[in-house]
Amino acid sequence: MQLTLWTYEGPPHVGAMRIATSMQGVHYVLHAPQGDTYADLLFTMIERRDRRPPVTYTTFQARDLGGDTANLVISAVREAYERFKPQALLVGESCTAELIQDQPGGLAAGMGLPVPVVPLELPAYSKKENWGASETFYYLVRTLLKDLEPPERVPGSRPRANLLGPSAMGFRVRDNIEEVRRLLDRVGIDVNVVAPEGASPADLLRIPEADFNICLYPEVAQTTCAWLERTFKQPFTRTVPIGVNATCEFLAEIGALSGIQVSSSLSAEDQSRLPWYSRSVDSNYLTGKRVFIFADATHALAAARMASEELGFEVVGLGTYSREFARQVRQAASDLGLEALITDDYLEVEARITEAEPELVLGTQMERHIAKRLGLPCAVISAPFHVQDVPARYSPQMGFEGANVLFDTWVHPLMMGLEEHLLGMFRDDFEFHDGAAPSHLGGGPEANAAARDGNGVKTMADGGAGPAWDHEAERELRKIPFFVRGKARRNTERFACDAGLETITLETLYDAKAHFGR
Amino acid sequence: MNSPAPTSIPKPAAGGCNDSVIVRERGQREVFCGLTGIVWLHRKLQDAFFLVVGSRTCAHLIQSAAGVMIFAEPRFATAILQERDLAGMADCNEELDRVVNELLARRPEISTLFLVGSCPSEVIKLDLANAAQRLTLSHNGRVRIVNYSGSGIETTFTQGEDNCLKALVPELPGLPESQQSLLVVGTLADVVEDQFVRLFDELGIGPVHFLPPRRATELPPVGPGTRLLLAQPFLGETARALIARGATLLEAPYPFGVEGTLGWLQAAARSFDIGNEQFEAVTAIPAARARRALAHHRDILAGKRISFLPDSQLEIPLARFLQRECGMQPVEVGTPYLDRQMLTSELSLLDSGTRLSEGQHLERQLDRLRSERPDLTVCGLGLANPLEAEGLATKWSIELVFTPIHGFEQAADLAELFCRPLVRRERLRFQTCS
Ligand code: SF4
Ligand code: SF4
Repeated sequence: MQLTLWTYEGPPHVGAMRIATSMQGVHYVLHAPQGDTYADLLFTMIERRDRRPPVTYTTFQARDLGGDTANLVISAVREAYERFKPQALLVGESCTAELIQDQPGGLAAGMGLPVPVVPLELPAYSKKENWGASETFYYLVRTLLKDLEPPERVPGSRPRANLLGPSAMGFRVRDNIEEVRRLLDRVGIDVNVVAPEGASPADLLRIPEADFNICLYPEVAQTTCAWLERTFKQPFTRTVPIGVNATCEFLAEIGALSGIQVSSSLSAEDQSRLPWYSRSVDSNYLTGKRVFIFADATHALAAARMASEELGFEVVGLGTYSREFARQVRQAASDLGLEALITDDYLEVEARITEAEPELVLGTQMERHIAKRLGLPCAVISAPFHVQDVPARYSPQMGFEGANVLFDTWVHPLMMGLEEHLLGMFRDDFEFHDGAAPSHLGGGPEANAAARDGNGVKTMADGGAGPAWDHEAERELRKIPFFVRGKARRNTERFACDAGLETITLETLYDAKAHFGR
Repeated sequence: MNSPAPTSIPKPAAGGCNDSVIVRERGQREVFCGLTGIVWLHRKLQDAFFLVVGSRTCAHLIQSAAGVMIFAEPRFATAILQERDLAGMADCNEELDRVVNELLARRPEISTLFLVGSCPSEVIKLDLANAAQRLTLSHNGRVRIVNYSGSGIETTFTQGEDNCLKALVPELPGLPESQQSLLVVGTLADVVEDQFVRLFDELGIGPVHFLPPRRATELPPVGPGTRLLLAQPFLGETARALIARGATLLEAPYPFGVEGTLGWLQAAARSFDIGNEQFEAVTAIPAARARRALAHHRDILAGKRISFLPDSQLEIPLARFLQRECGMQPVEVGTPYLDRQMLTSELSLLDSGTRLSEGQHLERQLDRLRSERPDLTVCGLGLANPLEAEGLATKWSIELVFTPIHGFEQAADLAELFCRPLVRRERLRFQTCS
């Protein structure tokens, strides 16, 4: 038994749902109790999908258990087929049904339906969501493609690639597909099939027509890409184009796979603004910022590389919940002189973040909450995510535009350079302390800082009768830079209040400064 | 999607809803399981911890239902069964003991621990009652350890609260023979509880106790002098367990809306021999205020058609409120199961033309919904956006259990929950560019 407060990944059948929900013309019959229908809301609420996941649940109850739960599967499969007329049917079970051993996949396969039936066996007590997504995509592709002959390439046409791995509840899938498409188009490569997102089983049948595969989300597509390489001699990419350097390497990789001179087809405008932004003087303050990274393997690896090479941060923690890719993350961590954190225990992640004392946390929805609790700036870079991480605007993470987006996203929670410079100048002033918040982020963080200091005292400035400022003190107060004036005012008033003073004089102001500046 | 024609609906019989024909369906049910109740129960019982013994699915459900409310360190968790736990039972019990000891060491402030059963723990017949006894002994009574089931094969959504409270019934101290008291059962927001306490006080009814209490160490007494007033319609099992301990159930509508709240308070007043004059004197002002507050919302809701998909088990009382006080027309009122004993007063108030359905066959129900196209549909989170995309306005049922909606002062808030989606549609205007 494993004591779990929050989980990074759902059970493996949720991974299977991600594949079904991504696609057109696929239906998933899931042998599961009624409560498991909660999973629909992941897609309809968090991603705001406008249709129900194509999933029929058998919703067996305790009273069915002694009797015929197997028949329930058969009637659910039949009804689902008749109603939805899918081109392919996935049939599987969740944790509870696994225990009653009805073998729903086998039952459905024996029903003689006129479409491919893919039985899914996803062990719920040892595996998790990403693995379930990966296996489901692989089983589906293998079932549909296993008897196909590798097609002949038409000579003279542009090289073609498949984009594999983008799926429902994957991070920034919609925009990453678009960005990678643009990138490929610019260098002269056509996109053959994008899958699973948006694809139908008929589309999957065209996968072998491409020259190579782009493994965009290895957690979901690597197993499938490896099988396609063995079966259809389709090579696949190993670099995920997140960050300027990784995007360049990715381009070099597809150049080699397609025989295209990539560098000559990209103009200066195609490149990212990140290198200049990072070199510009305002970014000096980013140097050596301590950053803690925890995410799925792909995003953790990419973020670690970008953080150290492209933003000049100091990576002080690196980890992942994707055990399947632990080896790569361990390697990357050791290259940075760190020991990787491989865990899905939220409390352990929290303890390690606290220990590492980072100035920025890059993580998932979970780390957002840890960071909030610790009063640290944070950006979400990976699933699991929440509704606010599915923005309306175009915001890819991949490619050159993705690098621009990431620069903005990571730097936004921090102080601006000029601001930090001023903070340095006024470092010795009482109104500054570690908790002073970036001026563009409103009152929230400052309130947090106050809470951290145990400074819960309602100040006079909040209203009510308190000490009055005399003319001279008021004038002096106005000389203090605007972005810390509020704090100076509050501290002085608190000081005056504690000292039982009715009027704040110039004297009081500087007494307070000395008091808080200790 | 090619859907078969909507199933034909049996015509309502004339007479009251109490001797009614209802549509009974079996098929896919789209509803949370009883584990969901942990989300609101743990907010109320501030010194209790809820440990689900289940799978990763169970952990994921609670986390998804709790949504954005990620707490620093919540007072609930899941002991996730793993492959090696399924190998042998002895191992499983030892593992559970280990997890519980770890947990209690980490959280010394916990006075009551609920071991919550799930589908997997029930299917493998893990005996949590036994475990609770064993663990209570091994912790020398420092912590009360109680078990109940929130499994999806046994319970829907709000039934988890029923099971949880029922598990507390044997733990309640006895009410001395000679004494009388009023026991209000069902989780209420503290602010609502305080409002009711003031009203009962002014009426001269007391002592008044609440189950669940704010702290699990302050369990209310029960005995033959206890009058039971249910604040939620889904607490039938708890009510029956309390009746078995001598309590008398007061038949009343549920305190939603002015009429429901009046009827509910009246049931208590009658049972405590409070005169009509006194009752009038205490309730007239808040009732009038609530009616005034409601009037504005009634303008928006009157004449609008509403359907409820079976979900929170609040459907019947809410349909009654919306029909009688807000002028809405219920098209179909679905409920996961119909506990007539708990709904006698409600059913007699509900208009006899109302179509009730019990159980669910999701696809057929959606077919009916699409052909009837009510102005508002009350449904679960999974269905809301897809229905909105089909042009049907929706209200999430889960909000009805998270938001204070009971009593006079909340009557307008309750109506407003149903107005908001309609008002929003009125406000939004988009041009189609061509
Ligand atoms: S339905 Fe059963 S298995 Fe699913 S979450 Fe609820 S208790 Fe767990
Ligand atoms: S309204 Fe429905 S429940 Fe009531 S009597 Fe008619 S059919 Fe029966």
